[in-house]
Amino acid sequence: MDPIFLKVLIGTTLLASSAAVVGAFSYLKGQSLVGDAIAHALLPGVVLAFLLGDGRNPIFLIVGALISGLIAHYGIGYIQSRTKLKSDTAVSLVLSTFFGFGIMLMSLIQRSGQGQQAGLERYLLGKAAAITMDDVYVFSALAVLLMVGVGLFYKGFQLMTFNEDFASAIGLPVPLIRFTFTVLTVLAITIGIQTVGVVLMAALLITPSAAARAWTKSLPTMLLLAAVFAASSAITGTYISSAIPKMPTGPWVVLVLALFGFGSLIFAPEKGWLAKRRRALANQKKTVQENVLKLLYQQEERSEVSVVLSTENMLSIRAMQPEKLRNALRDLKRRLLVVEHGSGYALTELGRSEGRRVVRLHRLWELYLTERLGMAADHIHPGAETMEHVITPEIEELLVKELGNPELDPHQSPIPYEEA
Amino acid sequence: MEKSIEVHNLTVSYHSKPVLWDVDFSLPTGKIVGIVGPNGSGKTTMLKTIMGLMKPDSGYTEIFGQPLDKVRERVSYVPQRESVDWDFPADVMDVVLMGRYRKNNLFRRISKEDKRIATEALEKVNLLEFAHRQISQLSGGQQQRVFIARSLAQQADIYLMDEPFVGVDAATEDAILQLLREMKNQGKTVVIVHHDLQTANEYFDHIVLLNTRLVAAGPKEEVFTKELLQEAYGGRLTVLSKLGDLISTEEFPLREPEFKENKPEK
Repeated sequence: MDPIFLKVLIGTTLLASSAAVVGAFSYLKGQSLVGDAIAHALLPGVVLAFLLGDGRNPIFLIVGALISGLIAHYGIGYIQSRTKLKSDTAVSLVLSTFFGFGIMLMSLIQRSGQGQQAGLERYLLGKAAAITMDDVYVFSALAVLLMVGVGLFYKGFQLMTFNEDFASAIGLPVPLIRFTFTVLTVLAITIGIQTVGVVLMAALLITPSAAARAWTKSLPTMLLLAAVFAASSAITGTYISSAIPKMPTGPWVVLVLALFGFGSLIFAPEKGWLAKRRRALANQKKTVQENVLKLLYQQEERSEVSVVLSTENMLSIRAMQPEKLRNALRDLKRRLLVVEHGSGYALTELGRSEGRRVVRLHRLWELYLTERLGMAADHIHPGAETMEHVITPEIEELLVKELGNPELDPHQSPIPYEEA
Repeated sequence: MEKSIEVHNLTVSYHSKPVLWDVDFSLPTGKIVGIVGPNGSGKTTMLKTIMGLMKPDSGYTEIFGQPLDKVRERVSYVPQRESVDWDFPADVMDVVLMGRYRKNNLFRRISKEDKRIATEALEKVNLLEFAHRQISQLSGGQQQRVFIARSLAQQADIYLMDEPFVGVDAATEDAILQLLREMKNQGKTVVIVHHDLQTANEYFDHIVLLNTRLVAAGPKEEVFTKELLQEAYGGRLTVLSKLGDLISTEEFPLREPEFKENKPEK
């Protein structure tokens, strides 16, 4: 394999996954923007380190970035504690001031005609292809440091993120935990911006966690998933940019990461868009089916014998989309809740019990609305039409108990209970 | 009787506006104590200052006659339920285990003993079957019980709880109350921030009536009188709140820096 390619691959993968693990805690703390601010704020430190020393020495630049980042971080905290400014104001204030100062320093170097300035530009937009072997060693060391740091401070970071007051109350060294977290964040950003640049860095910190959070509810799993997403994006991005000439790596890494992010928002179980859509559709189907059972039950209630209704009969009693009605009847037949009799449908014993349940919930809810919410009897029907499909057996039990096993609904219709 | 908590001449401010003004009282051990007062009367601030989460402008607090740092493991703190994000990726057990975190085990793994104690705590609040339930899926009452289980897992002698009865159902309220009485019978001290006057008389043995300044502190029979309640709930003292505004807007210090009022050396 091409040694340059391999270098870039290892470098980007390491830094992307370690940045993702550290960024997870910022994400959970709801401080996604702080990473962005620090990334911008590193610039003056990097440029000053460049001016004062050997511009090609990664350690020197990292120290410069670290100092600059820490000043910015504590600056944000100081502004927040000493003024009444909202935190987003404090963050953007520091971000723009530091970044502006950094750009000014950069143009000073440019004007003084130092040839090295070309090396500085990579901090703005990132230049993965410029990674040297020295960089790879430093990145690897830092990535290991970050992982070990998070592992060591796991309990501290977890509690600091979830409930900082409690952490202080039980005597954990919260300032030390916060300082460590800040140093790790700044280090992650420092190595990150060399690949993707200041502007795209926030994506590397936050997107993997946002994607991972959609799939899991456990913090360790979330950290692992975030690292995996980040590493896969780094590998894919590096491949794409090496396959197509003159393609930058950083933006590709971030774009692939965005795919993971949006993909998770769409496909994740429970919270994903598709899962929500599926639930909504299932409930729509359930509603139509229950309405059919209710309709049949009410006809039986009225005529006091079992009835057979054709689809036309049903449509003349209740407005429904014929297509949806046919689908509902098909499903009900399969669930053995109705049977076909000639050209019509009748309830099975099971279906009758379901229909009775829906009618019961409807009438219970109507009674609740008049008794507890003081609504007039002519206003309660529409609400009950919806609630009869929503109320669970648990809530039904509560309703019955709270209303004291009522016999009649507000319209004096009997509330049909299951015979014992 | 030994004093559980002593609050000495405490003044605390928030954004340089005093929320507690020269508050001075001490609490007995082995009692259920209510810190009672209207909204914004400094109850939570009182608790946070005792727990060292807010720095007083003057005065000090002591627990069992010692500064907090000396007795930290004997004190447990239950913050307001709404002060945390319940969407955090953790299950019930994860949160209760946090009660076992200590300064000296911060870098160590959770031990079997920790897990055993956490399980016991969950059993006491009747949430054992929910041990692996996501905290985001709990009802308000269940969340409150998780916080109390975390606190029990600390195995402390004093428990400071911030509004544990807010937003919980009647069944949980009874369960919590019964638990508190059990704790009292074991000689523990429970201090509860509470804003509901209706129930205060029934719940507590000892009451601290607060409205920025101390209105009264003592056994409930002495404190729960019409006159004192009216004083606490009858609005703030105009002079105090005017002075507070002035100090805040005009950048006066609450104490002159040269003025030292520290605890006398023993």
